[in-house]
Amino acid sequence: MEKFRTIFLVAGIALFAFSVLVMGVLPWLSFKDEPILTVEQLAQKMTTDFVDLSERYPESFKKHYGEVSSASYAEALELGRKIYVREACWHCHSQYIRPVSNEDKRWGPVSEALEYQNVLQMPPLFGTRRVGPDLIREAGRRSNDWHVAHFHNPVDVVPTSVMPSYPWFFDKDGQPNKQGLAIVTYVQWLGSWLADKPAAPAEEKAA
Amino acid sequence: MVETHPDTLVDRRLVKAHLIAALVFLAVGLLGGLLYSLQLLQHYPLAGIEIFSAGRIRMVHTASVAYGFIVNGFLGALNWAVPRLTGNRTCHRYLGWFIFVAWQVILLASAVGIMFGYAQGVEWAETPVFIDPVVVLGLILVAVHFLAPIMRTGDRNLYVSLWYFSVAFIWTIFVYIMGNYFPEFFVPGAAGAALAGLFIHDLVGLLVTPLGWGLMYYFVPILLRKPIWSHGLSLIGFWGLAFFYPLNGIHHFFYSPIPMYLQYGAIIATIAVELIVTTVIVNFFITLGRQWGLLGARIALRWFYMGMILYFITCLQCSFHTTLTFQKIIHFSDWVVGHAHLVMFGVFGFWIFGMINYLWPRVTGHEWYSTRLNEWHYWITVISLWVMVIDLTAAGLVQGFMWRALAPWEETLKASMPFWLIRSISGTTIIIAQGLYLYNVWQTARGRSARRPQEAAPAAGAA
Repeated sequence: MEKFRTIFLVAGIALFAFSVLVMGVLPWLSFKDEPILTVEQLAQKMTTDFVDLSERYPESFKKHYGEVSSASYAEALELGRKIYVREACWHCHSQYIRPVSNEDKRWGPVSEALEYQNVLQMPPLFGTRRVGPDLIREAGRRSNDWHVAHFHNPVDVVPTSVMPSYPWFFDKDGQPNKQGLAIVTYVQWLGSWLADKPAAPAEEKAA
Repeated sequence: MVETHPDTLVDRRLVKAHLIAALVFLAVGLLGGLLYSLQLLQHYPLAGIEIFSAGRIRMVHTASVAYGFIVNGFLGALNWAVPRLTGNRTCHRYLGWFIFVAWQVILLASAVGIMFGYAQGVEWAETPVFIDPVVVLGLILVAVHFLAPIMRTGDRNLYVSLWYFSVAFIWTIFVYIMGNYFPEFFVPGAAGAALAGLFIHDLVGLLVTPLGWGLMYYFVPILLRKPIWSHGLSLIGFWGLAFFYPLNGIHHFFYSPIPMYLQYGAIIATIAVELIVTTVIVNFFITLGRQWGLLGARIALRWFYMGMILYFITCLQCSFHTTLTFQKIIHFSDWVVGHAHLVMFGVFGFWIFGMINYLWPRVTGHEWYSTRLNEWHYWITVISLWVMVIDLTAAGLVQGFMWRALAPWEETLKASMPFWLIRSISGTTIIIAQGLYLYNVWQTARGRSARRPQEAAPAAGAA
C-alpha cells in the first residue's frame, strides 16, 4: 500500500481506468449505435431565417456565401459554431433545458440526448453557467434583425444586457460580414430541428 | 533517511524561477478576472477590441490561474520537496530548466492563441487544440523529472507526500489526453459531455488536489516540527481520494441528457469524497493539537490551515450542492462561480502563498523584507476572498430562485448587479493585497533585508 509500484499500478492506472470505464465508456456505449450526424446531414433541414438573411443582406450574403443552398447553409453553420466557441459564448449561455425549475416553461421542451448526437456538438456545448439565457431553443424565437442589432451592441436592444458588443462581425457600413451572418445562422439553428419549428420550403432552397 | 545534506540536492534557482512565474501569472489571472467582472457591470474598459473581448479574457483568466499560477507554484515547491523527501536529485538539472522554459512558452502561446480566437470549447481546456500535443509532451517530461528520484528509492515504503506525487503526474497525462481529444474528435453529445465533465473535475481532483495535499503532508509537519498524527488516516485519505474522486465527473451536468444512473453514481461518489476529506482534515487538525499560537507566529502555517478550513467548507458545500435538490436552484448560477473561487484561490492559492512564505527566504538567502506587509497581505486577501465567496453564493441563490419563479431575464440581471459590484470590489482589494505582496517579494529578492543564517540540519525526514 505504501510502495511506489503498488501505488502507481493500483491508484495511478487501475483506479483511473475504472473511473473512465464507468464515467466515460458507459455513456459512450449508451449512444454508440446512434449515428453521428454530419453538418451536411444537419443542413438538409434549412431554417427560414437563413433564407431571410440572404434577402435582408443580399450583398454581403452573395459575397460570402453565394447562393442559398444546403452547402452554403452548412458552411455558415460550421463557421457560426467556431465563432460561438472562440468568443466563449458557451461560458455565459448554456445549451440544455433541464426538467426542473420551470425551464421548459421558459424555453421549451426538455433536452434529449439524441439532439446532441452530431458533429456540431463536438465538443458538446452544454455550458455550466447562465449569465444570459439558455440558447438550445433559440431558433425562430427572435428575428434576424433583432440578432444583428444585438450582436452589434446588445444594450441597444436590451438595456440591462451585460453581453459584449461584437463590432468585428460587421463591415464598415454596418452590414453583417461573413462572421456576422454565420453566428446569426448558428444561433437561429439551435433547436430548429424540433417538429414545431418551420423549415424553409423546398422551392426556396432551390432558388 | 536522507544521507546527503538536502541543500545540495535542490536547485534553488529553479525553485525561485517557478515561484516568480507563478506570481507573474497570478497577476495576469487576477487582472483578467477583474476585467471580466467589469463586463458584467457594463463598464468594460476595452470594449470593441477583438483580442481583448471579455469572453476571451475570461478564458485567459482561468487558464492563467490554473496552469500559470497554481501549476508553476506547485512545480516550484515540488522541485524543493521531492529531492528532500527522496534523498535523490530530480531526473536532470537541465530537464528541470527545460520544463520551466517549455511551460512558460506553452502558457504564453495558450494565452495568445485564446486571444486571437483559437480557443477550444472544453471548460478548463480552452488551450488551443494545436498546443495540446506540446502540453502532453510537457506533462510526460514533468512525470519523468519527478518520478525518476521517487523510483530510485527502490522498494522502500514511501512517505505520504510521495504517494500523492507518484500518481498525480500519471493521472494528469491521461486526464489531459482524455479531456482535450475525445470530446473534440471522437465522442459527441451527451457521452462527450460526460468526458468533458470528467475532465473539469479531474483537473482539480487529480492534478491540483493530490499535489496540494502531498505538499501539505510535507510542509505542515516541518513547520510544526512533529509527525502527522495518524498514519492510518493518511492511508484512508489517499486511497479514498484515488477511488472516489475520479468518479465525480458527471456531477457537473445534472439533469442533463447524460444517462440518469450515471448521475446518481456521481452523487454518491461526491458525498463519499466529503467523508474522506473529513478524515484528512481531522488528521491535520489533531496534528496541530493545541498549538494554535503557532498559527499566529508562523504565517505560512496560517495560510495552510486557513486553506484547509476553506477546503473543508468547499467539500461540505459540494456534498450539498451535488444533490438534485440543490441542483434545481443553484446550477448555472453564481453559486458555482463562488465555489470555484473558493477552491482554486481560497484553498490552492492560499497554500501556494504559504509555500512562498516558507520558501522565499530559503531560495533568496534573505529574511522577509517586511513581516508586516505579509500580515497585511494575509488579512486583506483572506477577508476579500470570504466577502467574494459569500457574495457570489448569495447571488447564486437569488438568481436560482428568480429563474425558477420565471422572472424576466432582464430582472434577474438587475438583481445580480449589486452582487457583481461587490464581487468587483472584493476582487480589487485582492489585487491590492497581491501588489503589497509582490513589492515585499521584490524587496526581499533584492537583498533589502537581513541575510538568513545557514540551516544547520536537514529539515525534512522521511516517515
